[in-house]
Amino acid sequence: MKKLGFYPGCSLKGSSSEYAQSVLAVAKAFDLELTEINDWNCCGATAAHNMNKELALSLSARILALAEKQGMTEVVVPCAACYNRLTVTQHELNKDEALKQRVSDIIEMPISGNLQILNVMQLIDKYVADRLEEKVTTPFGHKVACYYGCLLVRPHNILQFDRLEDPQSMDILMKRSGAEPIAWGFKTECCGAGFSVSRTDVVAKLSGNIVKDAADRGAEAIIVACPMCQSNLDMRRPQINEYLKQKIDIPVLYITQAIGLAVGLSPKEVGLQKHFVPVEFSEQH
Amino acid sequence: MSEFEPKIVAFVCNWCTYAGADLTGTSRIKYASNVKIVRFPCTGRIDFMLLLKAFAEGADGIIVSGCHPNDCHYTSGNFHARRRWVIFRGLLNFMGIDVNRIQFSWVSAAEGAKWADVVNSTVTAVRELGPYTKYQKAADYLAQQDQSIIDGQEAMIIK
Amino acid sequence: MSKIGVFICHCGENISATVDCEKVAAEAGKMEGVEFATDYKYMCSDPGQTLIKNAIKEKGLTGVVVGACSPRMHEPTFRKACAEAGLNPYLCEMSNLREHCSWVHEKNEQTTEKAIDLVKMLVEKVKKNKPLNAIKVPITKKALVIGGGIAGIQAALDIANAGQQVIMVEKEPSIGGHMSQLSETFPTLDCSQCILTPRMVEVAQHPNITLYTYAELEHLDGFIGNFKATIRLKAKSVDYKLCTGCGLCTTKCPSKKIPSEFNEGLGMRTAIYTPFPQAVPNKPVIDRANCTYYQKGKCKVCEKVCPTGAIQYDLPDQFITEDIGAVVIATGFNVLKTDFFPEYGYGKYADVLTGLQFERLASASGPTLGEIRRPSDGQIPKKIVFIACSGSRDPAKGIPYCSKICCMYTAKHAMLYQHKVHDGESYVFYMDIRAGGKNYEEFVRRAIEDDGVNYIRGRVARIYEKGGKYIVKGADTLLGSKPVEIEADMVVLATAGVSNPGAEELAQKMHVSYDAYKFFAEAHPKLKPVETNTAGIFLCGACQAPKDIPETVGMASGAAAKVIGLFSNSELTREPLIAVVNRSAPPVFSTCVGCCMCQTACPYNAIEREEIKGRDGSVIKTVAKVNPGLCQGCGTCVAFCRSKAIDMQGFSNEQMFAEVMALLNE
Repeated sequence: MKKLGFYPGCSLKGSSSEYAQSVLAVAKAFDLELTEINDWNCCGATAAHNMNKELALSLSARILALAEKQGMTEVVVPCAACYNRLTVTQHELNKDEALKQRVSDIIEMPISGNLQILNVMQLIDKYVADRLEEKVTTPFGHKVACYYGCLLVRPHNILQFDRLEDPQSMDILMKRSGAEPIAWGFKTECCGAGFSVSRTDVVAKLSGNIVKDAADRGAEAIIVACPMCQSNLDMRRPQINEYLKQKIDIPVLYITQAIGLAVGLSPKEVGLQKHFVPVEFSEQH
Repeated sequence: MSEFEPKIVAFVCNWCTYAGADLTGTSRIKYASNVKIVRFPCTGRIDFMLLLKAFAEGADGIIVSGCHPNDCHYTSGNFHARRRWVIFRGLLNFMGIDVNRIQFSWVSAAEGAKWADVVNSTVTAVRELGPYTKYQKAADYLAQQDQSIIDGQEAMIIK
Repeated sequence: MSKIGVFICHCGENISATVDCEKVAAEAGKMEGVEFATDYKYMCSDPGQTLIKNAIKEKGLTGVVVGACSPRMHEPTFRKACAEAGLNPYLCEMSNLREHCSWVHEKNEQTTEKAIDLVKMLVEKVKKNKPLNAIKVPITKKALVIGGGIAGIQAALDIANAGQQVIMVEKEPSIGGHMSQLSETFPTLDCSQCILTPRMVEVAQHPNITLYTYAELEHLDGFIGNFKATIRLKAKSVDYKLCTGCGLCTTKCPSKKIPSEFNEGLGMRTAIYTPFPQAVPNKPVIDRANCTYYQKGKCKVCEKVCPTGAIQYDLPDQFITEDIGAVVIATGFNVLKTDFFPEYGYGKYADVLTGLQFERLASASGPTLGEIRRPSDGQIPKKIVFIACSGSRDPAKGIPYCSKICCMYTAKHAMLYQHKVHDGESYVFYMDIRAGGKNYEEFVRRAIEDDGVNYIRGRVARIYEKGGKYIVKGADTLLGSKPVEIEADMVVLATAGVSNPGAEELAQKMHVSYDAYKFFAEAHPKLKPVETNTAGIFLCGACQAPKDIPETVGMASGAAAKVIGLFSNSELTREPLIAVVNRSAPPVFSTCVGCCMCQTACPYNAIEREEIKGRDGSVIKTVAKVNPGLCQGCGTCVAFCRSKAIDMQGFSNEQMFAEVMALLNE
């Protein structure tokens, strides 16, 4: 059994606990053991780096340092915002020795900066890829729109993950799970996460455009790998439908939920019951 | 105390680095004035005895710079210089001269900004190494010796 | 005893702004062996040169140091002035006080001190200079033109019409280049083929031009006036002596699905093909990589149908060697393909085209015979978007420069579209409109005002396909960055002009410089635009940077004029800055021991062994000997010589040691 570090972040402990649940369930199904980093803190996403760079770096750096201290070499970070912050932080620190030293002083821990930070696609790609097809018991035979959002691919020169404007990794994994990914235009458009609380009308518009394009092209589900994307597209659906003046009820699934169903996990095991837009899929789909 | 200003001699080829340094000028990019350029037709022409001579005469650092590999105006002079440099490092070690006092680089005619970087980084590096005094010390030492020794060694002391 | 004259130039204020020129001259006057030192505002001007000449005559100077700009700029000027005053020109040296001193340092004492040192260095060098005489070498009066586009065609015709021999090498099966692909040309909208094809024919028929198509330069040796070029004639698999160009083979060839390079992939061609109907020469070649016979071993349909038996499958590549006196590089440019742009669909949308592809659509000889139709479904696009600066002026994409021609051809494309699709709507997204050129701005205004093209100042962030339309999402920055979305039927990207893929390799073969973008580098950005830094090799057209047709033709004629000027003499005067092996009267002969290490170092095969024989014919000594016609003066042999027997005139050991010692001695 392969052992890896695991950083859930705040979303996976709260509003998107079903994401954590499905990640852990899928990992277990593939004989991967995820160990949560002990004593982790907030990654500082969305707010901190706009206000205070050193604080933002230190928050993430503490998580990295803890992981190192606890003997981890690879950490799985399912939340796209956490993944982005941790990767950017490690990049910034490795680029500037003096900054690394300063941050290390602030968090009172050494930091080497050699941690492998994996998002869910990278995790599956690295450890499950060749076993995925044989594990699939019920192919996820639906048309899906793979939605990457902004944080997984940008800034591209640092994250080095997939193609910037037209990423493919999620599509490839979904295809191997038996789904039919559609070609569409909103893969990396903004869902409006920054206005999630303050300007829900903006969210309705931005997320609405995404949901509409997916629906227009016949998608039966939107697949995501980011808690913000999921909550905007799912929780804000009434506002979205109001904005679109159209009732669209295609569900928004985490990629781990979809793959979980394909490998025979029950809807309950991957937390489908927690969604706002009801999900009709079961392990038999 | 004012900062140590090293004396640095740059041995450059006419076609790439000399032209590159001209471009630095045309682009008005400023760099340290410690470096003086000696123009050669090609880095292949640079007899490395000149480098030793420069140290003997009181240089603190040296830059050797020519065309990038494959861009030599004379096809292969820079490759000869590069081979010579590899062997010359051994001689420098033997003579007790820190190889870091010599900066070997490729600067093309289009790399005006790079030339300024090469100069500035070399000046900084040599400034950290301090003045080069070994030759002078050797000369002073020998001057104190018996005249006969000096006569006998004269050919070995350059100047 | 040396009598050196030192002349310090202010270069207007270029030097005197940071260097105290009077002080430099005064200090130089105190240097040992300096007879006369002065400063002057513009030393390169006529009065400045007269000042030097008079000093040489009046003071009887034995050497001159001019402290001014780079010797790469004005060394010939001052050497000529010295020669006119009766002083051997090689007794004149320049100290670079401008590019290497005044322009790169702040105004302070150290800068003036450095200037004094630089002058002192050259004073000590010039004391060791020896009078030298120029070397005369014969010139082969035949030019090699590489590239058969409009630049090469113009240069070749100009040289040939002046009565000189030209060899033209073109890598494609036909000459014509990118210009032959164009529909109409700005700003007059005259047909490109109509003005080009007569010139192509003229090249083929000119008695002074030897044309090699489907050929590439393999190797270039030698030097100005005396190059030796090896040319690879790629196997055409067709004997051109027998072929009549009837075209039967191309109609019968069963491999018909090969994307046509000439049509930028919008049309298909066969494996045996002539690139386009007006090709020169109008005879086919077999594209072996796509030919069934070469790939699978059977077919031979072309051989069966050929009425003259011209098909010869076993012809190998041939190599020919030509003696030539000058080279003109005219290899042109390329454009970025649509797959370069992630945000515009990575090349996956059939109706997102490059400008060059649109040219083919708009061309009467193109795949649609001049009708603007979508490659995907053949429909006429009712709404079309042009995106200028696709890739250009975008440092993030690695192309920070302006491709220069796109503003104009985009206006032309939009205009042609409006002329052909009367009820169509056209939009141009642009950053700035750069329409510098005769009648250019008027042309763009015409597109906007008369033809109703909608110009939107802003960038396009993304294109995606929806329901057979292309959604173009951009911003209108003149309306306060208002988001704009256009449902287009076709999108044309004015993709950046870039260097040809083989440019770097070709430059290395010829030892000419190229810039960071792999465009060939001119010898001087203003004063030597058609020369390279290798004497005898000239360049013209878009291989130097993207440029339009008038500019290309002007540059080609300029390069041709340089070649004709070179060929107007039967002998070439070369700088005597070459290596020599020391020789003296018997019984010493030379310090050379005949190890001939220098021979292994020489890149030009300029060094040979010579046996010095006594009166009785016995060999007294073997020494190395430099052929002054071949030696290029790199000096690599000098550093190789163990016995210091070989030295370089103008950069001798004595001179170089003098320079270094002068620099460091207080």
